[in-house]
Amino acid sequence: MSYTVLIVVLPFLMFLLLGLLDSKLKPKVAGILGTLGLSTVAILSYVTAFKYFFQVGKVGEIWQPITALNFNWLQVTEKLHIDLGVLLDPISVMMLVVISTVSLMVHIYSLGYMHGEKGFQRYYALLSLFTFSMLGLVVATNIFQMYIFWELVGVSSYSLIGFYYTKPSAVAASKKAFIVTRFADMFFLIGILVLSYYTGTFSFAELCNPHGPVLGTTIGDTFMGWSVVSWAMMLIFMGGAGKSAMLPFHIWLPDAMEGPTPVSALIHAATMVVAGVFLVARFFPVYYFGAPEVLTIISYIGAATALFAAIVACTQTDIKRVLAFSTISQIAFMITSLGVSNYGGEHGLGYMASMFHLFTHAFFKALLFLGAGAVIHAVHSNEMKDMGGLRKFLPITNITFLIACLSIAGIPPFSGFFSKDEIMVAAFEKDKIIFGILYFTAGLTAFYMFRLYYRIFWGDSNKHYHHTPHEGGLNNMTIPLIFLALLTCVTGFIPFGTFVSSNGEPFVTSINWLVASLSVGVGVVGIVIATVMYLKKNSKPDTMEAALKPLYKASYNKFWFDEAWMFATKQIVFARISKPIAWFDRHIVDGFMNALSTVTNWTSRKIKVVQSGEIQDYALAFFVGALVIAAMVIFL
Amino acid sequence: MGEQIVFSVLAILIVAFSILSVVSRRILRAATYLLFVLIATGGLYLMMGYQFLAAVQISVYAGGIMVLYIFSILLTSHAGDKAEKVSWKRHLPAAGAATVGLAFCAHIIYYNVKRVADLDLFNAPTMQQIGANLMGTSKNQYVLPFEAISILLLACIVGAIMIARKR
Amino acid sequence: MTTIPLFAYIVISTLMFFIGVYGFLARRNMLTILMSLELMLNAADINFAAFNRYLYPGQQDGMFFTLFAIGIAAAETAVAIAIIINIYRNLKNISVDEVNKMKF
Repeated sequence: MSYTVLIVVLPFLMFLLLGLLDSKLKPKVAGILGTLGLSTVAILSYVTAFKYFFQVGKVGEIWQPITALNFNWLQVTEKLHIDLGVLLDPISVMMLVVISTVSLMVHIYSLGYMHGEKGFQRYYALLSLFTFSMLGLVVATNIFQMYIFWELVGVSSYSLIGFYYTKPSAVAASKKAFIVTRFADMFFLIGILVLSYYTGTFSFAELCNPHGPVLGTTIGDTFMGWSVVSWAMMLIFMGGAGKSAMLPFHIWLPDAMEGPTPVSALIHAATMVVAGVFLVARFFPVYYFGAPEVLTIISYIGAATALFAAIVACTQTDIKRVLAFSTISQIAFMITSLGVSNYGGEHGLGYMASMFHLFTHAFFKALLFLGAGAVIHAVHSNEMKDMGGLRKFLPITNITFLIACLSIAGIPPFSGFFSKDEIMVAAFEKDKIIFGILYFTAGLTAFYMFRLYYRIFWGDSNKHYHHTPHEGGLNNMTIPLIFLALLTCVTGFIPFGTFVSSNGEPFVTSINWLVASLSVGVGVVGIVIATVMYLKKNSKPDTMEAALKPLYKASYNKFWFDEAWMFATKQIVFARISKPIAWFDRHIVDGFMNALSTVTNWTSRKIKVVQSGEIQDYALAFFVGALVIAAMVIFL
Repeated sequence: MGEQIVFSVLAILIVAFSILSVVSRRILRAATYLLFVLIATGGLYLMMGYQFLAAVQISVYAGGIMVLYIFSILLTSHAGDKAEKVSWKRHLPAAGAATVGLAFCAHIIYYNVKRVADLDLFNAPTMQQIGANLMGTSKNQYVLPFEAISILLLACIVGAIMIARKR
Repeated sequence: MTTIPLFAYIVISTLMFFIGVYGFLARRNMLTILMSLELMLNAADINFAAFNRYLYPGQQDGMFFTLFAIGIAAAETAVAIAIIINIYRNLKNISVDEVNKMKF
């Protein structure tokens, strides 16, 4: 299976090609090249998935991880070494399929959406770079390789968010994304170092083996009540929380919507932001056996984030912001599901549900974003107040968007219902409080998604547009929408438990009718409330807003998290920490160097007088020297 | 007895005139005092028994070099000019260095140069001997330095002309 | 047979030498500096001759050395005076304070 390394290398070569040739290529050529490269990658991923899941992956009824390639890149000490390689196991193969499919859809869509933009070739080069980084991340054989690609993903995201680099808001957003995730990655790195120091290895195969040398012998050292493994895993989770926009590191994701919409679809909906979830899933045996208290913390953080994001999404008016907060909420669902999971076969339901939701969410969220992109492209504005009654003008977008909204609200037979239902069951069996929070959040999800849908496509049906929005029939913007909608309809029926589970044992899930009906019920309630308020333009939203004024204000301002972080950075870090350090650097370190040079200068000015030019001074020095030497020779 | 008187006279002349030469503020007088010192030195050579050396000293040094000095003094300054007083700043280190050196050498000489050699073996060198040694090629004979010095003199003549010619 | 000890000659030459040193370091006119230089040279010559006379009376190496030293002193004086003439032509002055341009 070593051809799988091509999956990772090919996008990188495409990045080099497109990046180096930049404006020498005509935009259309660059686009076609990028898309062709990605199609090859997608086909290779499907072939790999087929071979793995249906041919070689299963050994004796258990899914085995296959190391397709692994070579020793850097030897740090005698025991510790950093490898680079390709690891194939159920979740990484699943992620290969997800990433390549969504990336391919985005490539095709961008041919139409980004048509005529300046920097078209750079865009496709960066998309290939991103795909390369993400693919490398998911097939990593050891945590350090994952960290390398983690940072690469951060860089690609920064470049793509700041794609419109002449816009100050885009530049600010890209800086914010990079700095916040980099800050979280600091903790990630410390976690990796602590873990590898105490266990002596970076490799997943050794770390995650529950009967292996690492987990089998508990690492005895403790620090302030927790074992070092717990500390390491907590720090690693904080790194993942930064990338996956968990509370309180979520602040960068809404601002990241400054990037082009297909970028938002690829990076900030389907692939990069799930890297944190993937990280926890990859390390799941270590979390479950080595640091169970961290898992509890993870589940609570996830639940809180989900609720928070859902509340904020209810009042936002920029359609991409609504989708951004929806993403934060759904990823929080996935993380919570991992947090409440047990280990082994059907006890690992939370694990399987989380991965299933990742799979389905990638498709319908990408669909939502691409649909929003089509709307923005037609109306030339992001704000809800500029939209309404668009179902007449954008029929295909309307239907596909509706399918995605139904899916995210958890209505059968769409895929969102199946995956969300499994999460609810896992939460119900583990912790009723978390189940309650997730249940309420599911209702809010349905509400705000349909609020979004109605405001765009129904609402003010007689809205007057300056120039008629048009869709253009079947073209490279609508075909990805249709394909993703088909996937959303179909993927719910995949028996995911037979492919992905926490320890490789396949299992079959059956529907828990109580939980299922409860969750469908709350979804329907949310949709009904939204229909009543937003189907036609009326005054009910304003009355509700007036009634819940403080909550509305808090939600509209995103609970002032951005302001709190800005305060902490400016007043505390800059003023109290950076300023003194800068003062020290400028006055004491530089001052020392300047003092050295001043002293040297002064000394040289004082002693240059020896070279006076007077012959007799030189003669005197000569004579005295000769006398001294003679004295030394004779008397010593 | 007589020798000692002559020697003392010569010694006093040498020391007195050399001090006067370096202290005098009129250049021409300094040159004259130097001339006297050189002649007295020639006298010392005579006392030692080196007649040829004394003759060379007086003819070359006193007669040639001092004339050169007088010429250049007259060329570059008016003979009646008074040189400026030497400032204390320059006078002190010079005197100090000279005194220290003198003390040092005196100390060494006093402790080492005490014996009087046996002088019976001395024969004043004859002209034939000097001539033969000057042109001979065996161990203690000086044809090579002789030739070298002649070339040196040639070089100095040419060099002096080159440096001092009018452009 | 002479009754003058070697010591006396050496004392004279030493005195003459250090008087010459003083003159070299303290005088302002270049020509007077050269004259002090001549004093030093002569002191060394007396030394050579005296040592030859008292310590190696059978040989004449010291005398020849003195001979050659006198010759070389003459040549050197000639060149030095030529240089001083040149300086005089350019600066109209032969004080050593004027020729101090080779400095910091």
